[in-house]
Amino acid sequence: MDFFLQLLVNGVCVGLLYGISAMGFVMIFKSSSVLNFAHGELLALGAFFFLALITWAQIPVLAAFILTLIGCFILGFIIEKFFLRPLIGEKLIFVIMLTVGLAAMFKGLILLIWGGNLHTYPEFLPESLALKLGAIYIAPVYTATLVISIIFLVLFGLFFKQSSQGIYMRSVADNQKAALSLGVNVRRVFALSWAIAAMVASMSGIVLGIINGVNVHDLSSIGLKVFPVVILGGLDSISGAIIGGIIIGLLETFTGGYLSPSLRDVVPYIVLVFILLVKPYGLFGLVEIERV
Amino acid sequence: MKKFSFHPCGNYRENYSQELNIFETDFGRVCLILFLAVLFLVAPFVLSPYMLYILNMIGIAAIAAIGLNILIGYTGQISLGHGAFFGVGAYAAAILATRLGLPFYLAIPSAGIITALVGMIFGIPSGRLKGLYLTIATLAGQFIIEYVLIHWDSMTKGTMGITLPTATIFQWEISGDRSFFFLIFISLVLTTLFAVNIMRSKFGRAFIAIRDNDRAAEGMGIPIFKYKLLSFGISSFYAGFAGAIWAYYMVSITAEPFNLGLSVEYIAMVIIGGMGNIPGAIFGATFITLLNELLRYLTGVLMNVGFVTSTGLNMAPLREFVFGLAIVLFILLEPKGLAELWRIIRSSFRLWPFSY
Repeated sequence: MDFFLQLLVNGVCVGLLYGISAMGFVMIFKSSSVLNFAHGELLALGAFFFLALITWAQIPVLAAFILTLIGCFILGFIIEKFFLRPLIGEKLIFVIMLTVGLAAMFKGLILLIWGGNLHTYPEFLPESLALKLGAIYIAPVYTATLVISIIFLVLFGLFFKQSSQGIYMRSVADNQKAALSLGVNVRRVFALSWAIAAMVASMSGIVLGIINGVNVHDLSSIGLKVFPVVILGGLDSISGAIIGGIIIGLLETFTGGYLSPSLRDVVPYIVLVFILLVKPYGLFGLVEIERV
Repeated sequence: MKKFSFHPCGNYRENYSQELNIFETDFGRVCLILFLAVLFLVAPFVLSPYMLYILNMIGIAAIAAIGLNILIGYTGQISLGHGAFFGVGAYAAAILATRLGLPFYLAIPSAGIITALVGMIFGIPSGRLKGLYLTIATLAGQFIIEYVLIHWDSMTKGTMGITLPTATIFQWEISGDRSFFFLIFISLVLTTLFAVNIMRSKFGRAFIAIRDNDRAAEGMGIPIFKYKLLSFGISSFYAGFAGAIWAYYMVSITAEPFNLGLSVEYIAMVIIGGMGNIPGAIFGATFITLLNELLRYLTGVLMNVGFVTSTGLNMAPLREFVFGLAIVLFILLEPKGLAELWRIIRSSFRLWPFSY
């Protein structure tokens, strides 16, 4: 029973991580309907920025964290400005292939600079954040993750529902041409959504780095694991991303615990194919009905 | 005897069959025949084994890239699983040859058909959904197939790999670079011919209609699901076929090379070569294979340079970076790819000195 509970808690924790990793991805999809294959590399870039700031530059943790967020915000702007803006109005295939190309570029760049080894952050989270429920132990990182993800979830919910920029983003996602003709500044919306997504991705990258250590290959594979998560939750739903993440996380830890550890990494994709066949718009996604 | 025709100075076509001609002029036809004659009669006897090896790799990659181009360039669906489908073909051929003892001329096409069936399973989700869902489904396919290839020990021998028997036909053993050159390039010519012709048929037009506007295509009575699945099946067949030849060429195979990187490589071939252009796929395959060889050579050279080794730089990731850069630059600067560059060069020769 303890094993079951521990797996349950682990699953929820891992799932939350997947959820917040997926948030940035959903941001971009929501505003520009681009599937970002470079998401894992964005996570890795954030994690490595942070690593460089705290180990090489020796900046205090909180300042480094904020600097990383700002840096990645700007990086998102730059990526959008130089790579994606020329493709506004182009076919979606080009945009997606561009993100695949960017992924390879970033991965190569990170490997060139930092190499493929595992790096770790120095310990900095206070032990007082850890939770103990009976025999179950929840590491401080996971508590921090939980808090952060709830904060971001609320912030994003408010942003998309209340702020004018958020409403512009939703309008652009729904119909780019209609939004343009109604005077929405589509370029600014794209730039902002990439910037915010890169920022969120860097934050998730740091959290993942604290837990598993920083390694390009791991982080970019998590960037791909975002796909089952968002398909399950619904491609355009941020809260769906969190819930999808938790479900996928649970599935992974339970198959890892009870069936076989090697099956663990494939289970999300098997689920993905199954969902696409049965409930393609996911649990919380907007169902589009199109008739000829 | 028909008159030898050159490029007309305008559009003088009078019926649809002229529109569908493969060669605009007889000059193009003669050029191609000459090229093929040089390729088959001169190249294999002049070139060194290393050059032949590179040519063979280009040929195998070109077969797979043509298949992927039918899917991406003509039907407008992206597959991120072609690396794995290539692997399915390779393993299918290996298993058919070792377990059932099929000769290679049966094993290779059967491997293609098996791959087409496997591919179509992952193509089914695209029927209910438009847009990018096939991409995501094939991404899942990539990981699931990789897992199966490694862990289905009783069939694929896991990480041990399988060694294939030598391909023989009428007591003639196909081994070594030169005899494989003939096998590969005859297959390439046949598959190219098939692809070019399928694009001129009802099926090809249906694929293009789906790519350009799927709603309009459905409105005009094209069963989208059927044609998407068919396109995907053909495309996977090509991948499996290429994989099967590759398996025979490499003699011993393991599951390692068939990863996501290989899938991206094939997509890069299609994009760089030119989407919706069959010769383009061959250009793309040539470009990527040569780029690969060049980068391998460069990393080899750089490994021995004192400065690089002393700073501890690892040059291997350079390949990944250059790859991504090539894709990005081609999309931003010349989205129609090398085929378009080739067309521009040709027409500027043709129009010289009066370019208007």
